[in-house]
Amino acid sequence: MEQQNELVLKVRNLRLYFNTHSGPVQAVDGVDFDLRKNEATVIIGESGCGKSSLAKAILRLLPRNAGTYDGEVWLHDKNIMKLDDESFRKEIRWKRISMVPQAAMNALNPVLKIGTQVAEPAMVHMNMNEEEATKAAVRMLEHVGVPVDFLHRYSFELSGGMRQRSALAMALVTLPDVVILDEPTSALDVLTQASIMNLMKRMKKELETSFILITHDIATSSELADNVAVMYAGQVVEVSDARRFFTKPLHPYSHALMASVPRLRETIEPEFITGQPPSLLNPPTGCRFKDRCPKRFEKCDEEPPTVLVDGDRKVKCWLYV
Amino acid sequence: MSDVNAEISAVDHITNDQALLQIKDLHVWYELKRFGFGHAGYVRAVDNVRFVLEQGEAIACVGESGCGKSSLMKTILGLNIPTKGDVIFDNTSLSQTKGEDLRRYRSKIGYIQQDPFGALPPFMNVQSILEEPMIINGIKDKQERRRRIEKILEEVKLTPIEQVLPKFPHMLSGGQQQRVVIARAMIMEPKLLVADEPVSMLDASVRVEILRLLRKLQEEHHLAVLYITHDLSTVRYFSEYIFVMYAGQIVEFARMEDLLDNPKHPYTLALLEASSDPNADNALVQREIPKGEPPSLVNPPKGCRFHPRCPYMMEGICDVLEPPNIEVTPKHLVACWLYDEEKGHAI
Repeated sequence: MEQQNELVLKVRNLRLYFNTHSGPVQAVDGVDFDLRKNEATVIIGESGCGKSSLAKAILRLLPRNAGTYDGEVWLHDKNIMKLDDESFRKEIRWKRISMVPQAAMNALNPVLKIGTQVAEPAMVHMNMNEEEATKAAVRMLEHVGVPVDFLHRYSFELSGGMRQRSALAMALVTLPDVVILDEPTSALDVLTQASIMNLMKRMKKELETSFILITHDIATSSELADNVAVMYAGQVVEVSDARRFFTKPLHPYSHALMASVPRLRETIEPEFITGQPPSLLNPPTGCRFKDRCPKRFEKCDEEPPTVLVDGDRKVKCWLYV
Repeated sequence: MSDVNAEISAVDHITNDQALLQIKDLHVWYELKRFGFGHAGYVRAVDNVRFVLEQGEAIACVGESGCGKSSLMKTILGLNIPTKGDVIFDNTSLSQTKGEDLRRYRSKIGYIQQDPFGALPPFMNVQSILEEPMIINGIKDKQERRRRIEKILEEVKLTPIEQVLPKFPHMLSGGQQQRVVIARAMIMEPKLLVADEPVSMLDASVRVEILRLLRKLQEEHHLAVLYITHDLSTVRYFSEYIFVMYAGQIVEFARMEDLLDNPKHPYTLALLEASSDPNADNALVQREIPKGEPPSLVNPPKGCRFHPRCPYMMEGICDVLEPPNIEVTPKHLVACWLYDEEKGHAI
C-alpha cells in the first residue's frame, strides 16, 4: 500500500432532511466519505439524488425548511457539526471550507469589479484590509490564469471561461482546506471545460487544497478524481479509488451509469437505465435501487449493509455480502 | 434513394439541386448600430456556409457556443432572414418566401429545443401543448387531432396516454419533458427535424434513451435530421455526416466515422483531444488545449479564422489567405492550408 495523504475531511452518517407539506424529504441520508490532502473526491449521481444538498449540508448552508440535520463532519481532528452557527460562520465557512456553487459564473455581481469580488471573501473572512485583500486577489487571479488587467473589469465583460476562473479564485482566495465544486464545468464549451479541468489538476498539486467535485458528468469527473463516491437517492452506494472504479465499478448502479456514457474512442453501444429514481419523500425500504436493478434478488428488500471489497472499497449492496 | 445518389461525392454533398435541404452560400450577418441608428459593422454569425441534407439522412453540426450554429439553425427554421445566399427546403426558397407562405414553410420543420422545461409552457397540459400546433396549422377535425396525438405519444413511448395528457410540464421528469418536446416537433409530420442539443440538459442515464428514440423516429419516418451539438461523444450514435463549425464557417466536413477516426483540421483535433472518456488515467495528464478563445465575429481574423490559436500555423499563408476546401480523401473536406499540395505539410 502506498503512503496515503493526510485525512482532511471525514464525513460520517450525515443526514439532511427537508420538511415539506407531504412529509420529510430525505435528501441526504447517512452519507459517509473521506477526503485526503491534495486529492479530489468526486461525487457522482443523477439529478435529484442529493448531491447539491450534500454540499449544503457540509457547509451548513441550510434552507429554511431544513429538518433533521445530524451526523459527523470531521475537519482534521475537529467535529465541526458540534460548533454553533456563529463560530461555524467565523471559523469554518470560506476560511476552511469554501464552495463554487452551481452556475457561479452567472452569479457574479454585475455592478462590482472582478477584483473587488475576488478580494471580498479575504476581507470578510480573513480580516484583511482592502490593500492586503486586493494583493491576495491578484495573486489568486494570476494563479487561475485570469490576466491582471481584468481586475478592473465587470463580469459581463468576461467570457464564460474567465468568469468561471474568477469564481474559482473567489473560493480559493482564503486558501481553504477544502473547496466544494458543484458542477463547475457543465455550462462551458468543450475546450474551455478542458482548460478549467487542466487548471484544477494544477491547483490540486500546487495548493494545500483538497477538492470535492460534484457532477453528473462521469467522463469529465475522471479528469480530476482520486476517489469516487456514487450517490443514489440520498445515499452513497459506492466509495472507491478512481483507478479501480473506472475500470471495474462494483455497485449495479455504478455499472449502469458507466454503461450509459457515450464513448468517443470506443464503439460500445451505450445502455440506458430503465425507470426513474425513487421519490425521496417515501424512499422504498431495503435497497433503493432494487426496482431498477438487473441483479435484484430476495435479499434486496432488506436494507443492504456497507461491505468492504478488495481491501478498502466500500459498496452498499447485498451482492457483495 | 436512386443509384445516382448513392455515389455522390463530397462536392455533390455541398451542392445538389435534388436534396431536401440545400444551404447555398449562406451568410447571416447581424447589423450593429451605433447610438441606435448609425451603422457600426456586422456580426458575421454565419459566413459562406453550404451543405445539403437528403431526405432520410442525419447530419451533425458540431461547434462551440458563438460559432454560429444557432444562427444557422434559426435561419433554417425560417426565423432569421439570410443576408446573402439562400436556404432551399422542399423546393421552397426561403429568401423568396414571405407572410403566410413563411408560416407554412415553418410548419414543415420540427424543432427540438435544448431545455425541455424552458420550451414547454408551464400553464398548458400535454394535451393542449400537442394540440396547439395542429390548431394553428388548420387541422380542424377534433378526431383527427386526437388520432395524431395518440399515435405520436405511442411512438415517443409516453404511455399510458390517458394519464399523460392532463399532466403539466412540471409533473414530468426531464426525460418525459423532452419526449413531449419531441412529440410536439413531430405532430405536424415534418420532413426535417432540427434538434438543438436535445440531450445536453438531461441526465446521463436518459440521454442514450432519448438519442435512440430520435434515431428510431428518423429511420421509421425517413426524416432528415440536423443534429446540433457541442458534444462529440454523442454523434457517433446518431448521424451519417458531420461538419465542424468555427467562427461562422465550416472547417471540416466528412462521414461520421471518417471524421472521428481520422480528423484533419487542427480545430477538430483540439475538440477531440478535449473530450474525455471515463478513464482514471485522465487525472494524470494535462490536456493540450489551444490557447485563447474564439474570435469576435465582428472583426474575424484575416485568412484562416483559427490561425491565432492554431499550433500548426504557417506564417505568411494561414494569416493572409483564406483556406480553400480541400478534399483530402473522398467525401472528406477540410478548410485548412496544411493539406494544400503546394503550400501545406500535412500533420
